[in-house]
Amino acid sequence: MTSATAPAAQAPLTAAWSDPKRYLWLLGLVVPLIPVIGWGLAEATGLGVMWWFGPAFVFGVIPLLDMAIGKDSANPPDSAIEWLEQDRYYRWCTYLFLPLQFASLAFACWMWSSGDLSVLESLGLALSVGMVGGIAINTAHELGHKRKQAERWLSKVALAQTGYGHFFIEHNRGHHVRVATPEDPASSRMGESFYAFLPRTVWGSLKSALHLEKVRLGRMGKPFVSVHNDVLNAWAMTIVLFAALTVIFGVEILPWLAVQAVVGFSLLEVVNYLEHYGLLRGKREDGRYELTRPEHSWNSDNVASNVFLYHLQRHSDHHANPLRRYQALRAYEDLPELPSGYATMIVYAYLTPVWRRVMDPKVLAHYGGDVTRANIQPSKRERLLAKYGSSGGARPASARR
Amino acid sequence: MAAYRCPACEYVYEEEAGEPREGFPAGTPWSDVPDDWTCPDCAVREKVDFEAVSA
Repeated sequence: MTSATAPAAQAPLTAAWSDPKRYLWLLGLVVPLIPVIGWGLAEATGLGVMWWFGPAFVFGVIPLLDMAIGKDSANPPDSAIEWLEQDRYYRWCTYLFLPLQFASLAFACWMWSSGDLSVLESLGLALSVGMVGGIAINTAHELGHKRKQAERWLSKVALAQTGYGHFFIEHNRGHHVRVATPEDPASSRMGESFYAFLPRTVWGSLKSALHLEKVRLGRMGKPFVSVHNDVLNAWAMTIVLFAALTVIFGVEILPWLAVQAVVGFSLLEVVNYLEHYGLLRGKREDGRYELTRPEHSWNSDNVASNVFLYHLQRHSDHHANPLRRYQALRAYEDLPELPSGYATMIVYAYLTPVWRRVMDPKVLAHYGGDVTRANIQPSKRERLLAKYGSSGGARPASARR
Repeated sequence: MAAYRCPACEYVYEEEAGEPREGFPAGTPWSDVPDDWTCPDCAVREKVDFEAVSA
């Protein structure tokens, strides 16, 4: 893949294939404008409820679009991958998210400090800003997986709004290593509700990120508290950002900044909850986990949610090729497939009984009826074995695909 | 000096250059890199999976 980084002029790659989603990726830039769109709608209609546009868009409009538009599992041909990855247009679609994200945040602070909004309207705005912050973590995710330091730096900038700077350490060096194992705080277990998962992943990921940096800095012979600590310097960006906004707009915005940050990272974590629910890598004879394979992630090819999430739902290919740029990620047949796009599945995840009714049979079917092959929440193990266990043991492990 | 490639993403560890960001200064022999060290680029494969690159 070295030629992918070579100057385009040296070996011009021509497009023998046209990307049907090429201009749809620009729609991702609608997301950071959500709070401004809410303001526009409130102004135009005179209805204060329009400040709640953000959650309505994420949990209502996108699921409806997914239903209306459906799926597209078309892949770029292998010969087009290199060309797709070197085309800088796609990168700019993600870079431009950032200035819009921060302009939108500043706009929201101005609104909160104006005194024109009721508490409920301010709360709606905070949730809307939180939606931006949460999806910005997805933008940061795309940027943080790249080799270029500049893109990794932009990743930290995108995370500043939610105070989730440690994500880009833990996700890349922790989650990707331990994915679909009980040791990974960000892989949800069968029987684990989102509300049990949330504190486990937030706290576990934080601890792991600090540990990873401690080990790395220890090898370098540098102190833990230093500018070289990528967790601490990323958090410093949040402190600088919040301090600057407070100086400009006043201390009354601080509670709203806190609310939007919690809403934002909780949105990211509910997406984490969907991605590997119940899936488990087997152990090899030497005690190591088997390599992460496509069957260790849940996928969805709904067009609308894929366009707003930079193909995050082509999650198996992402875990197989973490450095691959979003526009080149591929769908595969016969992979664990969610019954709907992420936006719809998030709503299910909030409603624990609905989630279990939909997803537990999916996990069971994936493992050919053998529930013991799933990643099970220890406290729910007995109950799940009693419920699903009887039909399981008969099927030998060799029967797996 | 020897070099080792990640089979997943083509990242190459060169002993001569080391990987200072990861705490392995230039000249760090491959044998001094811990077995559970994961590829700094993709984190999909660990040191023991790396393949020697023939010079």
